[in-house]
Amino acid sequence: MLENLRAAWRSLSANKLRSFLTMLGVIIGVGAVVCLISLGQGAGAMITSQIRALGSNLIMIASAGRPPLLAEDAEDLVERMPELVRAMPMVSRTVTVKWGRETWETTVQGVTPDLPAIRDFYPLVGRFVQQTDIQARRRVAVVGQTVVDELFGGKLPLGETILLQGQAFTVVGIMERKGEAMGTDQDDVIFIPLTTAQRLLGTKRVNLIYAQVSDDADPSAVVQRITAIFAAKHRRSDTVRVFSQEQLLQTVAEATRTLTIMLAGIAAVSLLVGGIGIMNIMLVSITERTREIGIRKAVGARRNQLLQQFLVESSLLSVMGGVIGITAGWAGSRVVAQIGGWPTALSVQAAALAFGFAVLVGIFFGVYPAWKAANLDPIRALRYE
Amino acid sequence: MIRLQGVGKVYRMGKVLVRALEDINLEIEEGEMLAIMGPSGSGKSTLMNILGCLDRPSSGTYLWRGRDVTQLSDDQLSEFRNRWVGFVFQTFNLLPRFSALDNVELPLFYRGVPRRERRRRAREVLELVGLGDRIHHLPSELSGGERQRVAIARAVVGDPRLILADEPTGNLDSRSGGEIMNLFEELNRRGVTVVVVTHDPAIAERAPRRVLLRDGRVERDYRNGREEVMAKDA
Ligand SMILES: Nc1ncnc2c1ncn2[C@@H]1O[C@H](COP(=O)(O)OP(=O)(O)O)[C@@H](O)[C@H]1O
Ligand SMILES: [Mg+2]
Repeated sequence: MLENLRAAWRSLSANKLRSFLTMLGVIIGVGAVVCLISLGQGAGAMITSQIRALGSNLIMIASAGRPPLLAEDAEDLVERMPELVRAMPMVSRTVTVKWGRETWETTVQGVTPDLPAIRDFYPLVGRFVQQTDIQARRRVAVVGQTVVDELFGGKLPLGETILLQGQAFTVVGIMERKGEAMGTDQDDVIFIPLTTAQRLLGTKRVNLIYAQVSDDADPSAVVQRITAIFAAKHRRSDTVRVFSQEQLLQTVAEATRTLTIMLAGIAAVSLLVGGIGIMNIMLVSITERTREIGIRKAVGARRNQLLQQFLVESSLLSVMGGVIGITAGWAGSRVVAQIGGWPTALSVQAAALAFGFAVLVGIFFGVYPAWKAANLDPIRALRYE
Repeated sequence: MIRLQGVGKVYRMGKVLVRALEDINLEIEEGEMLAIMGPSGSGKSTLMNILGCLDRPSSGTYLWRGRDVTQLSDDQLSEFRNRWVGFVFQTFNLLPRFSALDNVELPLFYRGVPRRERRRRAREVLELVGLGDRIHHLPSELSGGERQRVAIARAVVGDPRLILADEPTGNLDSRSGGEIMNLFEELNRRGVTVVVVTHDPAIAERAPRRVLLRDGRVERDYRNGREEVMAKDA
């Protein structure tokens, strides 16, 4: 076997350019799979972690028409459904905030004291919105880190007065840094009491209710019940959209899986093409080496010895193509990751699969040429010019 | 050692049948040295191929030490050649990308001899043919005479009982040709049976027995200055 490998290596390296071009099909096939699947899984992992970063066991209820969603709906849900640990109504809008001469465009969210527990997002300094703030409609604000950086130039703004749509608010707390999730900066935010926000924005409704499900409840069953409750209350089924964090995660997982299967299909086709390339070159090579085969037969090479020799050659081609392809694909995904700020996860499974498939292709498409070589008539082979 | 009885060989070229050999009766003793002569196309190479089991006769029988080898399978013929026969060709037929040493060890490779042992014996026979200092040269780096000596080394490395040389001096000048014949005589003295195809009467002179082919038949079969040797009938 080692002997065969050495001989195969010799005959492949005798024609380096051609060997390389032959491998190219396999290299591109394997490389593309490894690169794309690494990127796809990296993106999937990133989105998943961002969805998890929203909090845990969350259900989102978004207003989608009339009648509108109200703050009381949240209380009502918690009362009627023991599976819900808490529910938080929220109203939000983009506004311009002023501090002295500085201005900054940010999202104001009217929330309740439940937000830190639901979103797993806590104040770092000062305090969060409290129940008394809600009752008294106090004009207090808790600011995110991006606002601290952009509006206050990094200075601690505790106790400062800011203007939201001309109304003065006192900064009573600063949130910890949360980072980016779902493509938005989670720290570019100002939290104020829900009731204050409703008055400020001149509305009675809320945009969204975040509900947190207890650990032992089934989120999809809860989603169905909530949908049913609103359908009964509003006498229409299209006034809210309810979805769980679970469902989002599943959607992402499914999208990633679909993507992976598609890529695998593309890869299979390109590997097939690569395999046909190998067969083609092996056939050419055997024709060119007819005389050599004749000589080998004259000195006593048996059929399966020649069969082995040529199979090892085509397998070696595809194995080397596979190794180079994995390396290139991995390097390619790293480059894309560097340039695009996109996370990658080298999928060992994908690499192993692509590699194994490439080797199989090499053997499969090597069999016919090798068989042909092994069965050449020595007399004809020796007379071949 | 060898007995051909009524051997014929027919090639089919499309619809035309070419009778390369017809009713050949030939006996070769262990340790003989004989030259086969005859005009081009008279069937000399075909006869060599059959003697060396590269090809099977279309008719007749070939007995090797009393055993019929015409019924052997392809793989059995390969093993037969590997064990008993060494070929030397007019055009050398060396593997161009392999060094002299690699070329010479090839028969032992197919016999399954371990690499170290193979190298040792290949080196030995290369020294025997006077190329001890050329073992790592490629065929393209050697002269015609040297190439043919590599080919002879390859033919004898497996310690065969029969050397078949088809016009081994045809591509060489007369001096190198003479040296090649010296080698064959030396091998013959060591007991190896040698059959040489040649056009050159001076070369043929050096073989004690000469067989003349014409149109696929044995026209004459004679020893030095003596009466003709006729193949015995079975
Ligand atoms: N493989 C073959 N196919 C068809 N005809 C062949 C083949 N080999 C030899 N012949 C024919 O058989 C005859 C004898 O050929 P060969 O043995 O090569 O003669 P020599 O070696 O004496 O010149 C020639 O007419 C040649 O054309
Ligand atoms: Mg000839």
